[in-house]
Amino acid sequence: MKKILINFAHPAKSRSSVNKALRNAVVGLEGVTVNDLYQTYPDFMIDVEREKKLCEEHDVIIFQHPLYWYSTPSIVKEWFDLVLEHDWAYGSKGTALEGKLFFQVISTGADGDSYQKEGFNEFTLTELSAPFRATAKLCKLVWLPPFAITGVHGGLPSAEILRHGENYQRTIIALRDERVDIEQAKRLELLNIDLNQLIGSE
Amino acid sequence: MDAFLLQFFIFLVAAAVAVPFAKKLGLGSVLGYLMAGIVIGPFGASLIHDVEAIMHFTEFGVVMMLFLVGLELKPSLLWQLKTSIIGFGGSQVIVTSLIITAIAAAYLPWQQALAIGLILSLSSTAIVLQTLQEKGQMKTEAGQSVFAVLLFQDLAVIPMLAIIPLLATLPSVSLDHHDSGVFDLHALPEYLQFMCTVGAVVLVLAIGKYAGQPMFRIIARTGVREIFVAAALALVIGSSLLMLAVGLSPALGAFLAGVVLADSEFRHELESDIEPFKGLLLGIFFISIGASLNFPLIGENVTLIIGMTVGLIAIKGLVLILIGKVFSISSKERSLFAVALAQGGEFAFVLFQLTKNTGVLPVSIIEPLISAVAISMFLAPLMFVLHDKLTRSTFEEEASQDEDVIQKGDHKVIVAGFGQLGVDIGRFLLSAGIKPVILDYDSNNVAVLRKLGIEVYYGDATRLDLLESAGAADAELLVVTFSNTESAKHLIELAAKHYPQLKIVVNAKDREAAFELMDIGADNIYRETFDSALSIGQSAMMQLGVDPYEAHRLKQIFRKKDMQMMPELYKQRCEEESYISLYKQHHAQLEALMKLGSNEGLAAASKAWAVKNPDH
Repeated sequence: MKKILINFAHPAKSRSSVNKALRNAVVGLEGVTVNDLYQTYPDFMIDVEREKKLCEEHDVIIFQHPLYWYSTPSIVKEWFDLVLEHDWAYGSKGTALEGKLFFQVISTGADGDSYQKEGFNEFTLTELSAPFRATAKLCKLVWLPPFAITGVHGGLPSAEILRHGENYQRTIIALRDERVDIEQAKRLELLNIDLNQLIGSE
Repeated sequence: MDAFLLQFFIFLVAAAVAVPFAKKLGLGSVLGYLMAGIVIGPFGASLIHDVEAIMHFTEFGVVMMLFLVGLELKPSLLWQLKTSIIGFGGSQVIVTSLIITAIAAAYLPWQQALAIGLILSLSSTAIVLQTLQEKGQMKTEAGQSVFAVLLFQDLAVIPMLAIIPLLATLPSVSLDHHDSGVFDLHALPEYLQFMCTVGAVVLVLAIGKYAGQPMFRIIARTGVREIFVAAALALVIGSSLLMLAVGLSPALGAFLAGVVLADSEFRHELESDIEPFKGLLLGIFFISIGASLNFPLIGENVTLIIGMTVGLIAIKGLVLILIGKVFSISSKERSLFAVALAQGGEFAFVLFQLTKNTGVLPVSIIEPLISAVAISMFLAPLMFVLHDKLTRSTFEEEASQDEDVIQKGDHKVIVAGFGQLGVDIGRFLLSAGIKPVILDYDSNNVAVLRKLGIEVYYGDATRLDLLESAGAADAELLVVTFSNTESAKHLIELAAKHYPQLKIVVNAKDREAAFELMDIGADNIYRETFDSALSIGQSAMMQLGVDPYEAHRLKQIFRKKDMQMMPELYKQRCEEESYISLYKQHHAQLEALMKLGSNEGLAAASKAWAVKNPDH
């Protein structure tokens, strides 16, 4: 059984529906730790030692956040800047994260279609997660494509939100129980593009 | 009585006229005093008499000065200096004595030559320290080396007092014991004499260490300032008397008492209490040196005396340069080191008196030597001025280069008032490696904090002299933490007037107090309960389930807006009606801005790249 760390970052949680639903779907699951960054560090004073310890104790490290400016909310950048230390995360002695799985769970306002070469935003979500991918490479993490929920700008119907929550929970449980073919997952455009194919229906 | 007052009056007027005059010319106060002495002395206007008695009495200024020097030197610092004291001081005294003895031995019997050599190796603690302090050079490399040599010389006087009588070749003039104190030690067997001497030193140290602090604490509690001054004087005079009684230098006793008290919380208070006495006595001492210049005698032996003076300064200067080279003092500092110590000292007067009384030297030799020493002392401050003029350009270049590398520990900060608020500020600064000088007027409070290992000094920070001795003149920042607005205003006005370079950060009891402080032009004002009120409010919101990041931002927004409206409220505060309406208006704005869950409340966060899609 793998242990899973979800670093959750949403600066206005009270006004979020999708991220709240996703989070509720996985919080309290066995082997899953939800680490709410804005709640723990409202003043951005990240406790580096605590964060490093959390990383060391888990086998899968996930960042769950809304997509802000094709990237993350600012606290995630602060987390990267401070926590991923030389000789811990990278460098010749930096092997603390070696082999751990690493991916993003993203919600976007715009539709999935707009994140295409021909679409309004011109880049795919996988392309936009290039900094994460490069970071993963430097830190010897195993990068997986993002788990993305798109088109939330108009507010999604609650049935759909519920479905997304269930899918998220299924994915997390499958990762925890090591029922995911990692090599296959690496090649996907998005992690949740065809869940039934990746982890099988229950 | 009238005669005494008249003499005193003449001294004071001479000082009051000559010192500002000399300072205006850039010559330093010591030279001013010396010139005043020449003018009013027996060979000038002949306004004063019995110069020797006055000199003898005012020599006590030197004792007080060493007490003050001791106060500046913590035992740990003194221990650090031990190598330079023995190295610099020892080699200076021995080498100089030997060279002068060798030269004198060409003309005189060796006993007389040795006595002259020993006596002339000493320099003037009074003139040199006063000048270095005035110029702020005590803490420089040269200043520290100079001080080490002077300290060694002061210690060397003690064995000299013992050796010189043994060199007698002439019948002694009088047999009275020099400085015989409260009881006559010479009646005791030698081992007892030795034990008495050691015992006296231990006693001074023990009193300073264990009895001094509780005693001053009790006196401080009475709040009567002059009693504190009296006790401080009694301590200095007492330790000097004790040293005299066992045949040691009184200056040494005072110095030891100072060193022992350097760690105590009363350091700055003692300093500011003794300082005016020391200044006055030393001033009169310098005047009497000026007055003692015997012009008729100098006139008769002009070539001999000038030759001896030049020779004395040259020999001492060269020896000092040599020592500077051997101990590798940097070349820039070496010249100051040499210039500073190349004169005869006031101890020479005392020791020449001794040689006369014990029949070591004949009067015909002593008189011109004393004149040469006095002239060299007169020239000393002039040489400082000359040295400054010659080296100024290079000094300035170096100074501008050094400015970038100021260390955090070098910041000079004074924290006035060390109540609950001050304690936290002090702890905060200390933990960041900034060591403030902390002053508090509550002696109980000071005692408790000292036990916790916080370096707090007893004293009323609103007194100018105490601010001065706490180092306000070269401090960078003053933090005022008084809860009493009147005291805070008083202190800020005092500091702004006398130390315009001081930045000031101040707390205000409430909004009204903040306005009063704004009245006198303070600008870094912090209401002491405001930030904790907001922190409590933030915590309260979180307990009610508000998201922590939202609560944090609401606190920041409120804090910023409230501080922004202070200047406007300040303008309106005299007109009650418009003040209240303005206050209400601002408050309503804030209320709208901060409404929980409103778009504005987390404006920045909830609108972050999400104008069209606020709900993901």
